[in-house]
Amino acid sequence: MTDHTVKAFDNEIGELRGHIADMGGRAEMAITLAMQALIKRDLDLAQKIIADDKAIDRLETEVEKLVVKIIALRAPMADDLREVIAALKIAAVLERIGDYAKNIAKRTSALESRRKIEPISLLPSMAKVATEMVRDVLDAFAARDINAAIEVNERDHIVDDFYNSIFRTLVTYMYENPQSIGDAAHLLFVAKNLERVGDHATNVAEMVYFAATGEYMAERERSNPFSQDQDKM
Amino acid sequence: MTHKMTARDVNVWYGQKQAINSVSIDVDQENVTAFIGPSGCGKSTFLRTLNRMNDTVASARFEGKITLDGEDVYAPSMDVVQLRARVGMVFQKPNPFPKSIYENVAYGPRIHGLAAGKAEMDRIVEESLKRAGLWDEVKDRLTESGTALSGGQQQRLCIARAIAVDPEVILMDEPCSALDPIATAKIEELIHALRGRYAIVIVTHNMQQAARVSQRTAFFHLGTLVEYGVTSDIFTNPKQERTKDYITGRYG
Repeated sequence: MTDHTVKAFDNEIGELRGHIADMGGRAEMAITLAMQALIKRDLDLAQKIIADDKAIDRLETEVEKLVVKIIALRAPMADDLREVIAALKIAAVLERIGDYAKNIAKRTSALESRRKIEPISLLPSMAKVATEMVRDVLDAFAARDINAAIEVNERDHIVDDFYNSIFRTLVTYMYENPQSIGDAAHLLFVAKNLERVGDHATNVAEMVYFAATGEYMAERERSNPFSQDQDKM
Repeated sequence: MTHKMTARDVNVWYGQKQAINSVSIDVDQENVTAFIGPSGCGKSTFLRTLNRMNDTVASARFEGKITLDGEDVYAPSMDVVQLRARVGMVFQKPNPFPKSIYENVAYGPRIHGLAAGKAEMDRIVEESLKRAGLWDEVKDRLTESGTALSGGQQQRLCIARAIAVDPEVILMDEPCSALDPIATAKIEELIHALRGRYAIVIVTHNMQQAARVSQRTAFFHLGTLVEYGVTSDIFTNPKQERTKDYITGRYG
């Protein structure tokens, strides 16, 4: 893309993109580490994730300030305007993903039983798919690559399928192990958080598409009616 | 949506140099149309073809067809003085006559014989100044010279003068570029108030202004019409690369 006549504008857009990339890297890492903390019951790691979330919050504030400044001083138009608005919304989404990581980390200390709850073994795989979606969609944003954004959008059903599977397994587990209902409920929330991470990645994908094209991405076809029901839970 | 004016395959030359290259555009009755583009892109030249202001430029040559309510503007039978009453113009620099405020507004109706007597002329002057949003500021000093007003007031006086002959179209060539932000806001508010009663075409270098006052925007570049469409589309999602580069500040 051609540079702006006013170079300071390019520098500010570059700074904005840098913040988004930074936030995305931190949010993705936070989810991955939160899963490790949860699986290994590593309370120190959990504490670190909770503390590090403040950095993501601070970056969101930085993005907000910068976007307000760019709109006020540069009056961005067309694709510049769309990109700035997308960055603002993406920052809010990444902040929320950071919160989910923090929430998962907090549940590490809440798990009571030392006994392994079998469905937990599915969670890291689910987290991997969700965080890859976040990483890939931010790459798509950086490259203004709408095909990559569409591809991320199409991956959301994998996360939904994981969620539905874990949901059913955990409900069954609760029937059979009423003494562990508390722990199982925590894991259910963890699965729900990861499912939301996937949803947020698709929201970002839609923003990337809008920023690049000025059009809205066509409504996703949801073929699985069960998935649609679960979506509201 | 009715088209007040239409232009088809308009070409304009100044001597050997072609200033406008095959421009076709429709001007709506109900909308404010903004012409934007870099200096020398032809937007002012094209604006001036709409009421044949270029006739006064000796080296200018015109080809193509422009109509006002379907009537051929360049037909030999067209009375140019009458045309310019129907298609009025407001210029970049306010240019009131060195006469009283009252006379500035009354001049047009008088030469066109629009007022039957003093009372009717008073009414036209008052009505025109009111529509131009100037009445309250000048009603007690109508005999003072128009040139004694501030720049913004002078520009509104020029708009009142254009309105006084009851035009159908008002062309504005950078009407705010010599005004401060407050006076500019008043003109923009005035354009908003006049919309619908008159078809309005405005040439502006200020893209924010085009975005604020118009419903249709035309982007000119190197004498051609690059893109013409709904203003909000042009400024949020232009279809042409050249339009995008210009409005986002990447031009040149």
